[in-house]
Amino acid sequence: MKLYEYMGKELFAQFQIPVPQGKVITTAQEAEQVALNLGGPCVLKSQVLSGKRGKAGGIVFADTPQEAKEGAEKLLGQRLGDYTIDMLLVEEKISIEKELYLAITIDSGSRQPILIASTQGGMDIEEVPEEDIIKEPIDVLIGLKSFLAKDIVRRMGFPLLSPIGKELVNIISNMYNLFLSKDAELVEINPLAVCGKKLVAADAKITIDDEALFRQQDLPRVEENTEAEQAARELGLAFVELDGDIAVMANGAGITMGTLDTLAYYGGKPANFLDAGGGTGVEATAKALELLLSRNPKAIVINIFGGITRCDDVARAFATVKANREIPVPVVIRLVGTNQEEGRAILQEAGIEAYDFMQDAIKKAVELAHSS
Amino acid sequence: MAIIIDDKTQVLVQGITGKQGQFHTMQMKAYGTKIVGGTSPGKGGTTVDGIPVYDTVREACENHKIDASVIFTPAFFAKEAALEALEAGIKVVVIITEHIPVHDEMEIMAYGKRYGATIIGPNTFGIVSSGQCKIVIPPNPYFIPGSVGVVARSGTLTYEIVGNLTAQGIGQTTVVGMGGDRIVGLSFVDVLKLFEEDPETKVVVLIGEIGGDAEERAAEYIKIMTKPVVAYIAGKSAPPGKRMGHAGAIIERGKGTFEGKVKALSEAGAKVAELPFEVPVMVKETLKS
Repeated sequence: MKLYEYMGKELFAQFQIPVPQGKVITTAQEAEQVALNLGGPCVLKSQVLSGKRGKAGGIVFADTPQEAKEGAEKLLGQRLGDYTIDMLLVEEKISIEKELYLAITIDSGSRQPILIASTQGGMDIEEVPEEDIIKEPIDVLIGLKSFLAKDIVRRMGFPLLSPIGKELVNIISNMYNLFLSKDAELVEINPLAVCGKKLVAADAKITIDDEALFRQQDLPRVEENTEAEQAARELGLAFVELDGDIAVMANGAGITMGTLDTLAYYGGKPANFLDAGGGTGVEATAKALELLLSRNPKAIVINIFGGITRCDDVARAFATVKANREIPVPVVIRLVGTNQEEGRAILQEAGIEAYDFMQDAIKKAVELAHSS
Repeated sequence: MAIIIDDKTQVLVQGITGKQGQFHTMQMKAYGTKIVGGTSPGKGGTTVDGIPVYDTVREACENHKIDASVIFTPAFFAKEAALEALEAGIKVVVIITEHIPVHDEMEIMAYGKRYGATIIGPNTFGIVSSGQCKIVIPPNPYFIPGSVGVVARSGTLTYEIVGNLTAQGIGQTTVVGMGGDRIVGLSFVDVLKLFEEDPETKVVVLIGEIGGDAEERAAEYIKIMTKPVVAYIAGKSAPPGKRMGHAGAIIERGKGTFEGKVKALSEAGAKVAELPFEVPVMVKETLKS
């Protein structure tokens, strides 16, 4: 779950990471009022979840409260990439002498958190050469202790006893505390602005691990899925809308992707990616089918190789849906694996023959979709 | 021969009294896996399908020599279960559980390293040394002994490909599911090295998917392998930037793309299949030559 910048900055403030003064607003009047209270030049920052807001025109400067009002009027309601701007963070304008970069994220290779630091922060961080970026995996059993933070600061070229050096050590340690205690996948400050003898986090990017939300009750919830995606999520299914006309359900991300690949190979266009996961029961599977039907595809292909998923559960789900409603489109089912015989017997009673091989089932689904 | 587990491996099931635990314990037993015990706090002294249940892993270890443990416990409890197995000295820990918080996974791996254990998963279907020992989920009939080593990130896609191999009479030495999460205990390289050293494995099948850089790292090692590798990468038609279920299957910053992985693997000398069902054909050709 990605957090908006203003949420990230609220967390930074809680963890003693300095942020500019400011407030999030939703109307131009509020923008004017906040600018008035700040009492100087300010910046209006669109609160959307995509990066590169500056380059896309989502950040506007204002010297007076009047300009802040006008800027907000211009930005609010505008589209920025895939998002509509409906919130702005109005902040004091800070004079930046130098931009640093700090991030902590998860490194699959070393199976540890990794700290990334550079003295060349800012919008073009992705173009900074490798040798100017410090990458330091963190042993979770030790944690990011002060000695390691000091060594990072030394390597960044700041004297440890200088005001900036001391502040950097604190910020790095505090970032790790935040990363750890909020189950973050990413905590990024870009840029971390050098303003005289002070450092200020001019931006905040935080992503929280979705799987850990159950123990992060204090955090706000940010939703960026479509309605259908949200409905599937509540059923415990992974669902992504695509723009084709053949609905797909499979069990497991890998085989679902393999199904899409095979569908594309036979000239079909998938309407969605639906990974029904492992061990999904009858009820959730039936609801998943309903979800696919609600989107009016030309055909549905179900590709199940049961391991933890039981073929009889899938078959029962299909039979339940079929008994309760009309299914106006052809459904092709490939069903093998755990409890295969029971599953096929149930399907046979429901008047459907299961396929043995996925390529045969998928090819058939493409034919049926094209002929309808 | 096989890798990691064989016909002598004695297995403990953590969470044996749960629905999944019970069902798959019976399936594993039916395959011939030596399951010597299970744990379920508070249910010590009972049995599941004739298998003794203990309160704790330590208690199970006092009564049996245990080589491997398999964890079925729910996500919020999985870290505790894994640490319990490691602390008790078990050297192979298979974690089936999905949806484990990533910070818990990193901690499990750090302790795994400290205790010198092999961790398979989380979010894996497990591991099968065909005809000898099956730890966990894969459906029994599709795994027959032979000379192909299989390593994969994704479970059902592995059944698909192994099922196709078996249908053509091509058996396997060991089939390893590394797990679908971003943090897993084994890398492709770890497993490829074991297959390279295993005298019975003649060909290795690598089943990857878009996202991350595990396949690119594997390609580096494939360059120096003596055994042929056949690979399939799922996700060719996945739209970029969309999450496809697995936390790992995210395309970002141009890394982890289908094209990049295919290029890295092909240049390293692996044969790359376009579709899942082409894998057995390529394996057959490779075994002949």
